[in-house]
Amino acid sequence: MNTATHYDVVIIGAGMAGLAAGIRLAHFGKKVCIFERHNATGGLNSFYSLGGRKYDVGLHAMTNFVRAGVKGTPLTKLLRQLRIERDEFALCEQKRSRVAFGPRGDVSLTFTNDFTVFESEVARQFPAQIDGFRRLVSLIRSYDDVSLGAIPESARAVIRRHLSDPLLEDMLFCPVMYYGSATEHDMEFGQFVIMFKALFLEGFARPLDGVRVILRVLLDKYRQSGGERRMKCGVQKIITRDGQARALVLDDGTEVTATHVISTIGAPETERLMSPQLLAPSAALTASLPHPAGALSYTETITVLDREPAALGWGDDTIIFFNDSEKFTYERSASAVDVRSGVICIPNNFDYGADRHLPEGLFRCTCLANYEQWVNLPEAEYRAAKARWYADIQRSAQRFLPTLPTPDALTHATVATDMFTPRTITKFTGRMGGAIYGSPQKIRDGRTSMDNLYLAGTDQGFLGIIGAMLSGISMANFHILQAGK
Amino acid sequence: MTKDETKQVVLEIIADIAPDEDISNLKSDVRLRDQMQLDSMDFLDIVMELRKRHNIEVPEADYIQLASLDSCADYLTPKFTALGK
Repeated sequence: MNTATHYDVVIIGAGMAGLAAGIRLAHFGKKVCIFERHNATGGLNSFYSLGGRKYDVGLHAMTNFVRAGVKGTPLTKLLRQLRIERDEFALCEQKRSRVAFGPRGDVSLTFTNDFTVFESEVARQFPAQIDGFRRLVSLIRSYDDVSLGAIPESARAVIRRHLSDPLLEDMLFCPVMYYGSATEHDMEFGQFVIMFKALFLEGFARPLDGVRVILRVLLDKYRQSGGERRMKCGVQKIITRDGQARALVLDDGTEVTATHVISTIGAPETERLMSPQLLAPSAALTASLPHPAGALSYTETITVLDREPAALGWGDDTIIFFNDSEKFTYERSASAVDVRSGVICIPNNFDYGADRHLPEGLFRCTCLANYEQWVNLPEAEYRAAKARWYADIQRSAQRFLPTLPTPDALTHATVATDMFTPRTITKFTGRMGGAIYGSPQKIRDGRTSMDNLYLAGTDQGFLGIIGAMLSGISMANFHILQAGK
Repeated sequence: MTKDETKQVVLEIIADIAPDEDISNLKSDVRLRDQMQLDSMDFLDIVMELRKRHNIEVPEADYIQLASLDSCADYLTPKFTALGK
């Protein structure tokens, strides 16, 4: 097809990684087009409207927050690379968060964007562990986590060389895993370091209007740089020959060609586009892909309140990572949802400044969930399962919040609810198995079996919103701009 | 183009790629890296902006020539002259 449109670079997916890569490439004169199947940008960090309200999808809090003047961290790097002024993101800091363990959250570690708070909490609760903890933190501070060629090592093994109390070990792993681990039980140490820095050494922040603010900045930049994008038009097939991605077949059947292709849709999802026999995937065929889909999926409940959550006596904690059991278990849920542990987020409890607050109260809870148990339910059963698990998740999470003034206070204050499941995640993001953190096997250099096809985003291994953007930037730099191609 | 003008070109690029750095008192003969927090991504950007704005190519082997403002001027000024600038 001589008439096919040709681009210097085609990017698959208009999430954080795709937009960031697109800005870099378009800024330096490349003819770039981003193809996105969904009608909204953001990918795993998108937003939607329901009943006249706007909801964020993934964003509890943006991690990696540092204050103005702190340099050399992921946030600073990406602002420079994308030529974004830090004020454009309009980030507001968290008030405080905590990790709460035990049936009623009896052991609790508070942390803020000031790391000394967390350190003194560890010293207070685990006095025998504090020296080991400090050694661990200094190892983490000096670890080169952005190296593209680091040797994988078990994070549990490294942590056990510094800490002997399994409770403290689990209390560190719980937030780090919930905010980014694609592997069960353990993590690669480099991934642990990235997340530990992002959560504890840096911190949490959020724009008042949520993830839309960040997406608007990225979209404006991309447009000003001359980048093109097509929405509601995904890539259905990558035609390969002689080790090259030769052409892309779009959802509307047309074909485009590109000198380079950056895929942000995930490693197994990209491999599937190159294997026509997998277009209608069966479990067996999917499992045969070089990079397996992740086993971990999640569900989230969102409760809209007619008042600030603090007015229910819940205090002003921003995020609470909880676990009720003796051991913290991070694995594919045996039942539809595993309510033993999870994350509570109260978006109202960021410091938005005087007289600036969200229009309504929000109470969000995330738990591990089992994709297979949700995906094939007939519609009526699916709705019933959502109602049942919504109630169970709320009950479980409330054990880690101060007791309500009356038992039905939450019900009285609730004006709307929503819930998304592993099935919702796959429907809107195309991630196999509802695995928002992608494949357990990361590809740090972004290389694929095709010379001119690179991965960016979650499966390249930089995590979180900032990590995803940095991944897009790094892969565009490394494979295309720096190589002078 | 004079060496001072070349330095000005480099300073303008640094101001755009690292607006959070104070560039008003940079010493010409001291490595840029020692006076500001610039990493390899930032140096790549100096090279990329030189190409974009001025059609100047800096091969990777020559990145070391961009260490200080003085070395930038020594290395880049002949390239500008060769382009008739």
